[in-house]
This record gives sequence, structure tokens and C-alpha cells, in this order.
Amino acid sequence: MTTIAARGSVPQPESRRDELQDKGFSYVLAFTAFFVLIALAGAALSMLWGGREVLAQEGWRFFFSAEWNPVENRYGALVPIFGTLVTAVIAMIIAVPVSFGIALYLTEVAPSWLRTPVGSAIELLAGIPSIIYGMWGLFVLVPVMTEYGTPWLNDHLGTLPVIGPMFQGPPIGIGMLTAGFVLAIMVIPFVSSVMRDVFLTVPTRLKESAYALGATKWEVVWDIVLPYTKSAVVGGIFLGLGRALGETMAVAYVVGNTVRFSVSLLEPGTTIAALIANDFAEATDTYRSALLLLGFVLFIVTFFVLSIARLMLMRLSRREGLK
Amino acid sequence: MTDLNFAMSAPVVGTSGRAVDAGAKPKMSARKLNFYYDRFRALKDVNLDIAEKRVTALIGPSGCGKSTLLRIFNRIYAIYPKQEAEGEVLLDGENVLDPKFPLNRLRGKVGMVFQKPVPFPMSIYENIAYAIRHYEKLKKPEMDTRVEEALRQGALWDEVKDKLKQSALGLSGGQQQRLCIARAVALKPEVLLLDEPTSALDPIATGKIEQLIAELAERFTIAIVTHNMQQAARCSDFTAFMYLGELVEFGETEKLFTQPAKQQTEDYITGRFG
Repeated sequence: MTTIAARGSVPQPESRRDELQDKGFSYVLAFTAFFVLIALAGAALSMLWGGREVLAQEGWRFFFSAEWNPVENRYGALVPIFGTLVTAVIAMIIAVPVSFGIALYLTEVAPSWLRTPVGSAIELLAGIPSIIYGMWGLFVLVPVMTEYGTPWLNDHLGTLPVIGPMFQGPPIGIGMLTAGFVLAIMVIPFVSSVMRDVFLTVPTRLKESAYALGATKWEVVWDIVLPYTKSAVVGGIFLGLGRALGETMAVAYVVGNTVRFSVSLLEPGTTIAALIANDFAEATDTYRSALLLLGFVLFIVTFFVLSIARLMLMRLSRREGLK
Repeated sequence: MTDLNFAMSAPVVGTSGRAVDAGAKPKMSARKLNFYYDRFRALKDVNLDIAEKRVTALIGPSGCGKSTLLRIFNRIYAIYPKQEAEGEVLLDGENVLDPKFPLNRLRGKVGMVFQKPVPFPMSIYENIAYAIRHYEKLKKPEMDTRVEEALRQGALWDEVKDKLKQSALGLSGGQQQRLCIARAVALKPEVLLLDEPTSALDPIATGKIEQLIAELAERFTIAIVTHNMQQAARCSDFTAFMYLGELVEFGETEKLFTQPAKQQTEDYITGRFG
């Protein structure tokens, strides 16, 4: 006992050196992790600081007013906030089912020689710069929407009660629906590759035992694969949503950049990111301050969406009662 | 000692305590069965009869094809590309490998339990009810009865009756495996395939499963793959010894373990290889 105690109290030179090295290493690691947090907080706070001028002028009205009039020096962020949320929601409504289909096809249905090439091709889509998507949207998708999309929507969905007004609008092609569509194509690679990776983690034996009970492919997917992977799938969806909320260039090309409130998805609108990108160069004084505050709002919106995702995941795993 | 109506000769009592007779009616039969994993031939012209309401054990060293053979019986291999079976597997005289034989019907008649316990990520009740719902539309009270019946058959009812709504993932390994057996039995299958059902369990849980197998053999035709020769000797009526994709020897368990006809079988059961 005494020898052990003695050895413990008088450390050898090497072990002290090791200890110091370990300590130093953990400090370095902690710094790298906190560096990001500090940068993040710094970015958010500097935007808020930059927005103090308009905040002092407009107060809370800034967040709820639909009036955006640089000429009269009136600023309300409701329209760009609305546009950001609506385009992102449209994008997710299109992207989630499609990504789900892609991921399931690649993991459960496709013949094995097709899985890798198609999977890589979809991942490559994620690497295309957003400006390319924007140009494609403007030069290809907008004419198609003008020619076929908008008239069809006007005639069919536009006549329905309740949702009708959302699909009535002039055949100009640009607007929130088009922006949502372009966003959907941009987030599909992200969401589908996350989903695919998660579906691959489902143990074979779990799927086999469902098949052994006579389950069909659809039943195995719906009853076994999805419940098993739901938290990760939700995570993947919100990753895509985060991207859709903040996307700038592609949206700026096709959204119309009009700060005017409209329930119609076929009317031009704007998003926070697109508005900032378009107007920042010529903005001065209060206008500039308003755009900075808008940036802060986008930060908060994204933060909230991702927090809700986290919360949902926590609640899901609590309901499973095990994780 | 049950169900001797097809006894032709004086029954011999096997190690399992059930009557064994050479004339037991075959329930499932493999005829000239070959199996390929892509180009690798995993089974070579296997002919084997699984006797009705008896336990048939498949033994042999790893990679001998015993699990492969079992996986052909309910065509579970068919969910993978590049796996192919050739020959016939007859269930009551019908070839189940025929693409026209509906998978749903086959899997309702031939249940399977896997090596590791695989409860679905849902409640204990739902694990059983989920299986039943594939085949029958039942009202709640009827479903309750069926679930209880299945859990009783799986010798699990007394342990779980107060927590049917809890997640099945919270059960112990042995309980999970009995749940899986109950789930397979809930469909009222005719044949039960057990693929090394106790290899992931401790001795006590293994003992319970073996006892359960003995009880289930009164109602079902059972084929069990096992690595454990004592287990084969303890709970089966017939044993098939396989090696390198071939069926080396097949016979009554007692005979195969006491007087094996082939040298290879003797070497394996005496532990000289494998």
C-alpha cells in the first residue's frame, strides 16, 4: 500500500510530461470547438448591432409589418419572412417524397449494379453551384412555367375552394412556386443521400424477419425501415430545410424579387436571402441597417427550425423509451 | 408421445422423448436442390425429408450450407439479387420454389426464427399483432385472444402479460427470442424454421428455448439449424449432417450420434474437426 501511495504522489518525469501533453491537447480541441460557437455568436450579434438603427426606428413593427418602402424609409420584414418560409415549405413538400423514393429505390429495389452509379450521380448533384441552378431555373423552368405550368394551375387548382387563391396568378413563370421547385431540386441530393445512408443501417435480420412473416416490400419499408430510422430521417429532412431557408442565388434568379404580399404562389415575391443579395450594394444608412437586421432574422428563423427538429427528435426517442 | 397415426413399425423413442419411426410422413422435402450465391455453388444436389411434427436438426461446420438450406425452405433468399435455387422443395407435394407459388402463402405456412432475436421496434403486443394482421383481419377482442395464445405458446405470457404495451426492445435476449418464436407461431404455420435460435443466448435462456421446442414439436414440423451438437442430440428426432454443401448423412438422431454410418460424420460429432 505504501509503495503504491508513494508512487502516486511522486510522479515520474515522463508521466508528468504525458499528462501535460494530454492537457494541452484537450485545450487545443476545446478551442477548435468553441471557435465555431464564438464565430457564430459574433456573426449573429454583429448583425443585430448593425440593425439597431432600424430597430430603434420601427421597434417590433419591423417583424410584423408588410410595408417595405425604402423611399419612405419604412421597413417591415413580414413579406421576406413569409416568402422564405413558403418557398422552403414548397421545396420540402416536393423534395421529401422524391428523396424518400430515391433512397428506397437505391437501398431496397434497384439491382446492385445500378446502386453505386445512381447514388454517386445524385451526390454529385449536391456539388453543383447554386448559380447554375438559378440560371437553369430562369432559362428553362421559367419558360416552361409560363407556357404550361401557370395556365394549367390556374385552370385546375386555381378554381378549387380554399386553396384556389394560392394558384391564381399571371403567366409570368417567376414566383414563389418556381423558386420552391428549384429549391426542391437543390435539396433532394442532400435529403436523399442522408436517407439512403440511414436506410442502409437497418439490420438485415430485422428486414428478413419481417419478410419471413410475409410482409411485402412496401410493408417492410413502412413498418420496419421507417420507424427504425425515423429520427435520422427527420434529421436529414431538416438539414435540407435549413439549406432551403438560406439559399440565395438560385432563389434570387426566379423568385421575382418583389416585396409585396400575396397569397398566390404564382405571383413574384421575395425571400430574406434574395432581398439582401439584391439590395445590399445600393443600400445606405437605415436601409442598410434594415438589411442587416433581416440577416439576423434569417439567422433566428433557421435557428428555430433546427431547434424544433432537435426537439422533435428528442421527443421521438423519449417515446421509444430506450435511447 | 403424440400423434402416432402414421406409425408403421414399432416406434422407437428418440432422445427427445417423442416417438421416432422411419416411416414418419415427410412434410417438406428437398429434391436435387442446388443453390448459388452468384457463381458460388453453396448446395450440391441435396435431397432431404423433413418429417411432419418432428424436429429435424441440421448440423455441420460453418459454411456447410445448413443455414442456406433452411433459407430456401421459405424462399427468404429471394429478397437478394444474385441468389438462386435450383431443384425442388416440396411442401405437401407442392413445389414452393415455383415462382407461381405465392410468397405470402409460403411464408404463412413456413415460419422462421433467426439467429439473433429480432423484435420489431414496437410494443410487445404489436409485435405479435403485426404478424397476424398480414393474414387476417381481426377485431380487437379476437386479436387480444390470438396474441395471448401466441405468447402462451411462446412460453412468454406470464412474464409479459402486465407490460404488453411496452417496447419489445426492453425485453431480455431470451425473452426477445421467445417473442420471435411466438410471433412466428402466431401465424399458425405448419413448419417452423429455426436458424441457430439459441446461439446468442445464455445457457438458462437456451434451456427455456429447448424446452419450448419440445412443446412446439407436438403441433409443428420443426427444422433447426444448430452449431451445438449437444443441442441437436437433446432436442431433435432426426439429424442431417452437412459438409461443404453436401448432405453427408441423415438419420434418426440417436442412431446418427451413436453409430454414424460415415467416417466424416463420426469425425465431426466426436469433435475431430468443425
